[in-house]
Amino acid sequence: MAGLLTPLTTWRGRITALLLVLLGLLPWYAPWLDAAGIISQKFALTLMTRVLILAIAAVSLNLILGYGGMVSFGHAVYIGLGGYTVGIMAHHGVQDGFLQFPLAIGLSALLALAIGALSLRTRGVYFIMLTLAFAQLLYYVGVGLEAYGGDDGLTINRRSDFAGLLPTRGLDKIVAFYIVSFVVLVLVLWLVHRLVNARFGMALRGTKSNETRMQALGFATFHYRLAAFVIAGAICGLAGALLANHTEFISPAMMHWTRSGDLIVMVVLGGMGSLFGPLYGAIAFLLLEEFLPSLLRLVLTWLHGGISAVLGGAAIGTLDAWLRLAEYWQIALGTIMILVVLYARGGIDSLFGRPRHG
Amino acid sequence: MTLLIEQTLNGIQLGLLMFLLAAGLTLVFGIMDLVNLAHGSLYMFGAYFCASFTAWTDSFVIGALLALPAALLLGVIVEVVVARKLYRRDHLDHVLATFGLILIANDLVRLVWGPDGRRIPLPAWLNQPIYLTPDLPYPTYRFAVIVVGAAVALFLYWLVTRTRTGMWIRAGASNRTMIGALGINVELLFTLVFGLGAVLAALAGLMAAPIVTVSIGMGDNILILAFVIIVIGGIGSIKGAFIAAMIVGMIDTLGRALLPDLLKTFLSVAAANTAAPALSSMMIYLLMAGVLVWRSTGLFGARG
Repeated sequence: MAGLLTPLTTWRGRITALLLVLLGLLPWYAPWLDAAGIISQKFALTLMTRVLILAIAAVSLNLILGYGGMVSFGHAVYIGLGGYTVGIMAHHGVQDGFLQFPLAIGLSALLALAIGALSLRTRGVYFIMLTLAFAQLLYYVGVGLEAYGGDDGLTINRRSDFAGLLPTRGLDKIVAFYIVSFVVLVLVLWLVHRLVNARFGMALRGTKSNETRMQALGFATFHYRLAAFVIAGAICGLAGALLANHTEFISPAMMHWTRSGDLIVMVVLGGMGSLFGPLYGAIAFLLLEEFLPSLLRLVLTWLHGGISAVLGGAAIGTLDAWLRLAEYWQIALGTIMILVVLYARGGIDSLFGRPRHG
Repeated sequence: MTLLIEQTLNGIQLGLLMFLLAAGLTLVFGIMDLVNLAHGSLYMFGAYFCASFTAWTDSFVIGALLALPAALLLGVIVEVVVARKLYRRDHLDHVLATFGLILIANDLVRLVWGPDGRRIPLPAWLNQPIYLTPDLPYPTYRFAVIVVGAAVALFLYWLVTRTRTGMWIRAGASNRTMIGALGINVELLFTLVFGLGAVLAALAGLMAAPIVTVSIGMGDNILILAFVIIVIGGIGSIKGAFIAAMIVGMIDTLGRALLPDLLKTFLSVAAANTAAPALSSMMIYLLMAGVLVWRSTGLFGARG
């Protein structure tokens, strides 16, 4: 575990360590934030649980996208499969998490094996489109499953039961589930860290930069890429099983192609091929989604005040009319994405100094 | 039998619409090597422009004719402001930046036109059936779409194979650097091709508009279908896009029309009605996966 965070002597290491500590201790200082009137305890924990779960999915995508150079545009399909496994089992009265979770992970690995075996024969944009096509295929399976709600989805009445270890109601349930998600995230980060620094990861990264040379060195590059693809799918299936438990709802929308797009945005926004990049990306993306409207209102209020002081209030319309613009915050989000692509290639991770790969 | 003919015509009509959308996409893709996810947004803007102009002029035809130059202008603006900076980047950057463009486009439409969908009313002469044979009525509007779509497809064929501009376009698709070295103004050519793609997408959008409702995000799902088509056809190949669009149009239409009856023989009516559209959509993606596994660059594609 120690190798994960060293060196603490660099700013990069210190910031990451601080972030993990802040995330890990959230359940303990959240009541204090609530009492101070900053943010409701329940809201903060629910929002951050979602962040942690999608961070797990983004970390798994980063394994193939960042380290393996495989632009999978259908990664949300494993979130869907993991979620549907939990949802369908719960629908038939099987609540045992020790059955649900291994099955969700196993099925996702199998699906990734099938998709990967076919898609990895192609290159470039054909690979992007093939992974997208398979994801759309499963999306329409979800839409067509009338027995499990079809397009409308399915509500999960009871969460996974781990031998009664997790509280099932009230604030305790939320706190316990947050801690579980955090522990899973740390374990996944540790696993990916070990993987990319092992011989396997070296070969995978070598394949990304020059596949022909790796083949000349005697590596069966297809097998390395496929293995990475399957591991990433399995981890993402785990994230899906967690997400279904978190939202207590499954629907085909979980695996719509725009969700796969969101995952790519998180990885690139955070920093590709950096261990903690996807975590930064997931935090930034989901918090932007949540708080950008309020932030915009703040900026607009400030701008309106400034301009009306100069030009006179009547000339530029009421503050209310200005604040209504904040509803269209996705324009700002889209602009941020384009600016990041055009001018900040390394993502958030590169802001903290020298990139540390793995 | 009548049903089969009618559904075949519907398939051709959908195929031609998809071809208009896919043709611009495959040109932009083949020549500038740009993965433009925002192509579906241009389709949406075409429909919204047409809805507004139709409302102002009280004529669908004038509205449509005004929407096309508006779409051209929009396409040129997008090319100059964003797309041009992406040509030298990799596909991942294209996906991200144009994904951002989709977010902007959808909210911009909500800001300008509001959240509710719009219907475009058809003039009376388009809103009645014509009789292809005495006992085979077919909606005039859908027939008009087939005529316009086929005419534009022929025009594109002429443009690409018989004109100097078309020669530049073909040369650009096979070797960008070389035509620049031969003294062609590549920047202008790229802007032109992007603008042409925008006009074709807008034409598809405004022609689909009276059949479906004009709504936010209407381009998002059809965009993926257009990508499927150009990948099946082979990137950069107009001929491939045409053939693939026809196949996809047929599968989608005939699947939706014929599968429910087939499925009802062993499923409940409700289950069959839900499963049939899903199944015909799945068949399209299965077709694409099959084609790519068989030929990794599509039916008529040369490069990856």
